[in-house]
Amino acid sequence: MALRDLTAAEQVAALAAGETTSLELVDAHIAAIEADDVEAFLAMDADGARARAREIDALPERPPLAGVPIAIKDALSTRDIVTTSGSRMLEGFRPVYTATCVQRLEDAGAIVVGKTNMDEFAMGSSTENSAYKNTLNPWDHQRVPGGSSGGSAASVAQRQVPWSLGSDTGGSIRQPAALCGIVGMKPTYGAISRYGLIAFASSLDQVGPFARTVEDAALLLRHMVGRDPMDSTSLDWPEPITLPTATDLAGLRVGVVEELMGEGVEPGVRAAVDASLKAIEDLGATVVPVSLPSALSGLATYYVLAPAECSSNLARFDGIRYGHPVEADNLLDQYELTRGQLFGPEVKRRIMLGTFALASGYYDQYYGRAQRVRTLIVREFAQAFEDVDLLASPTSPTVAFPLGDRTADPYAMYLADVCTIPVSLAGLPAISIPCGLSDGLPVGLQLAGPAFSENRLFDAAHALEKALAFDTRPPGLAT
Amino acid sequence: MIDENTVRHVARLARLRLGSDEEKVMQQELSGILEHIDAIRAMDLDGVPPTTHVIAVENVLRPDVPRPSLPREEALREADDVVDESFGVPRMD
Repeated sequence: MALRDLTAAEQVAALAAGETTSLELVDAHIAAIEADDVEAFLAMDADGARARAREIDALPERPPLAGVPIAIKDALSTRDIVTTSGSRMLEGFRPVYTATCVQRLEDAGAIVVGKTNMDEFAMGSSTENSAYKNTLNPWDHQRVPGGSSGGSAASVAQRQVPWSLGSDTGGSIRQPAALCGIVGMKPTYGAISRYGLIAFASSLDQVGPFARTVEDAALLLRHMVGRDPMDSTSLDWPEPITLPTATDLAGLRVGVVEELMGEGVEPGVRAAVDASLKAIEDLGATVVPVSLPSALSGLATYYVLAPAECSSNLARFDGIRYGHPVEADNLLDQYELTRGQLFGPEVKRRIMLGTFALASGYYDQYYGRAQRVRTLIVREFAQAFEDVDLLASPTSPTVAFPLGDRTADPYAMYLADVCTIPVSLAGLPAISIPCGLSDGLPVGLQLAGPAFSENRLFDAAHALEKALAFDTRPPGLAT
Repeated sequence: MIDENTVRHVARLARLRLGSDEEKVMQQELSGILEHIDAIRAMDLDGVPPTTHVIAVENVLRPDVPRPSLPREEALREADDVVDESFGVPRMD
């Protein structure tokens, strides 16, 4: 078996047993990236990664993740490594500090090999809004990897790294995980510090792991959760994240969200999800229908709230403190020209939409109402969790779509996140695991739980993963 | 449907200079998206309070103790125009 085929947990074990070195692992994964034809990375730190690997190989005592390579979404700041968030606005930008979550992983011994492609400022569902390039789906190079964390998802599916970090505002981890046939997890809002995550919509943004197994996702999350003085929304974590061990689901009550199983869900996706619900029952769980009446209003609510927050967060980008301004004679012209020229079309659309929703005369009708619909959605989830332990739905209503298919119609692109957005609005944890194929393309199953139910989610997803035995290797990938 | 003047007004508020073609496309696209969003304007929300925070946290304070901040040369390191150890900007009219 090639080194790049090992899961992160297997790499940890192989290193501990002296069967390989960190330098060998880093070299093998960098070679896989360099032989790449899916365009997952925006920047590499091959020299830095090799230097770190040599240091770690020389340590007498290894930290827990010592020597295992990882890729980081370009929305996360990494000191001295160019970080663009997929935007021309930050071309060449070298942060002066490293995001807390990345720092925690480096402290645990993980080795950052590079930064991954993404939709500009995490706005999009296909990674086609990157200002730099398209990333290709490892299962079919004519199709998108999903987004916005498309590079992080593709790099793990393509076995260029065993795991990676993404960020999820309305589905930007779960949806690309589903489209690339891997595991993606968005934890409870506040689980992981957002310090160093370039902000999109602060009430929704969460960092989370991509991996090829549920166990690896848990292992990565374990080293990131907990309070950070630099993010006042980060939480003291109530219990350690444990590695999942469940082999059955006896006694578990799983609700199937009726509103997310209907119109718009492709037949092939529906079939794979139905088959995995059957597998959940076979493992001993009870599966019952659940109604979240406001779930389908989530999309409209999100497309008020997220743009409103982004219009405020992105006000900081003016080319003055970082980036490069478009020259002008006075400050106002410089602001407007710089922002008009360096933001891409989707980012401008969202800033406009958000500014509109917050503008005098429109605020109550849009932003105010959306915040109240959000309350309904929060309440409906709370109500549902009085009767069931977890909720199941498709992660994405469709499999990976062809490149260019939805770029001309912004709302068609927004529909890609219809199943993931309600969970985001309620701040709840959710995981997407690959549950089957439709016409040769992966389908994702989303499991969501109450706040802080990460351990239960991982356990259930792990037992189901073993039962489904999905092969995460894309068919074209050389062995 | 939002009109051209609204698009110009909002672009000005957002500090975005749009070309005239861009304004027209923006008007169409925003109007299209708002048609979908309008669904929430018809919902019965009587007595429903707005969400302020999804996970209850209260009064998060740090100790009121001075700490080192970003050194000046690091803060200025990425700036395009540095003047007298400060960020340079064009004059304000």
